[in-house]
Amino acid sequence: MRYEFDWGLLWREPYFGWIVEGVLTTFHLALLAWVLALCLGIVIGVLRVTNSRVLRAIGTTYVEIFRNIPLIVQLFLWLYVVPQMLPREFSFWWNRLDNVPYWTAMIGISFYTSARLAEQIRSALRAIPPGQFKAGLSTGLTQVQVYRYVIVPYALRIIIPALTSEFLTVFKNTALALTIGVIEITATTRRIEAWSFRGIEAYTVASLTYIATTILVILFMSWLERRYQIPGLIKRGEARA
Amino acid sequence: MDWQVIIANFPLLMSGLVKSLQLTVVSALFSFPLGCLIAIGRLSHRRWLSGASTAFVNVLRSNPLILILFWFYFLVPLITGRNVNDLTSIIVAFIVFFAAYFAEIVRSGIQSVGVRQIQAGLSSGLTYAQTMRHIVLPQAIRAMLPALITQCIVVFQGTTVVYVIGYSELLHTAASIAERTVRPVELYVTVAAIYFIVCYSASRIARHFEKGAA
Repeated sequence: MRYEFDWGLLWREPYFGWIVEGVLTTFHLALLAWVLALCLGIVIGVLRVTNSRVLRAIGTTYVEIFRNIPLIVQLFLWLYVVPQMLPREFSFWWNRLDNVPYWTAMIGISFYTSARLAEQIRSALRAIPPGQFKAGLSTGLTQVQVYRYVIVPYALRIIIPALTSEFLTVFKNTALALTIGVIEITATTRRIEAWSFRGIEAYTVASLTYIATTILVILFMSWLERRYQIPGLIKRGEARA
Repeated sequence: MDWQVIIANFPLLMSGLVKSLQLTVVSALFSFPLGCLIAIGRLSHRRWLSGASTAFVNVLRSNPLILILFWFYFLVPLITGRNVNDLTSIIVAFIVFFAAYFAEIVRSGIQSVGVRQIQAGLSSGLTYAQTMRHIVLPQAIRAMLPALITQCIVVFQGTTVVYVIGYSELLHTAASIAERTVRPVELYVTVAAIYFIVCYSASRIARHFEKGAA
């Protein structure tokens, strides 16, 4: 294998500026998509455990549709198909936005992730003892209030580990936004490779970004998990006898 | 809307689907055994072996598939020293990438069986290999089966990523037809429907085994 390394390349312009830009894009795309996905996911997750048959069916359909179509295909649908289905005024406004691929990617990744999150939330809600719900109702809370103040905060804590891995999935999935023209870190390093033929150096930057972020997120979330531990439940690592 | 374009190009789309499925099957067939080896490596008492296997799994699992694809697309010709065709790089990338995921499934499958089963097997006079073969693995495989099928769905969905390299699997085929005929709406809706049908049916099968195991 003949390859001459030139790590200094990464610090030279324009590459250095590109890398900074790319890393930032990856981060805020992932965070925005994650927040939106969490909101959607909670709503759908709750729908899937309600008593109403119709609501449950809506929740199930939503999850099955968004889970069983690959993310890139969904991104293409949001970019090419959805604007054509919407009213003319709206698509006119939408197409004049500054950064259409970015917002498209954010919406696409959010909906895709929300279906996966809804499943996690549903199983967390199932894990809550039914007594909690009855106790909430008997203290005079309405059904909505019981969800708002008792069930959801409890469920959120149970699913912290699942939320961690889903966040990391979102973070990695932002790389797919490059297929619709978002220049995040993977696209950036691909571009550097194309310009300089320094593939190893360029891709190392992207890989290290993902690995470092993964480690940081895992450390932060395990701190969070300890901090919001529900007393009396099995702690991490204690499950094995 | 003009669905004529779909009917006219249906055979082409189906040949794309066949390529996607072939890529899925080849990747799964090779990355599952590789994943088993890595899982056994992770459970090994030899420090360097378990350390190396753990590092392999963690590094690959924290990177997106598309980036791994770019890595191999760049590295495979460099290492072998000659131009290989795109498909070779794609297959190598898929096998290595998904081996990390299969390794995790196999590991948790083996661990779900529990130490006591092994102890019981050994104390009834079986050798370690016999215990693994007759007691641990049959239970582990039954426990893993739904997760393995789900992982195959993930691999199948992952094949859309090779679109960026220009390999003519289903999505790339559809995209080039869409470009040629200027009918993106019809083509992407159709392609989404095809992916949905395949993945949904496969997930039904996984669920069937999940219920059977319980």
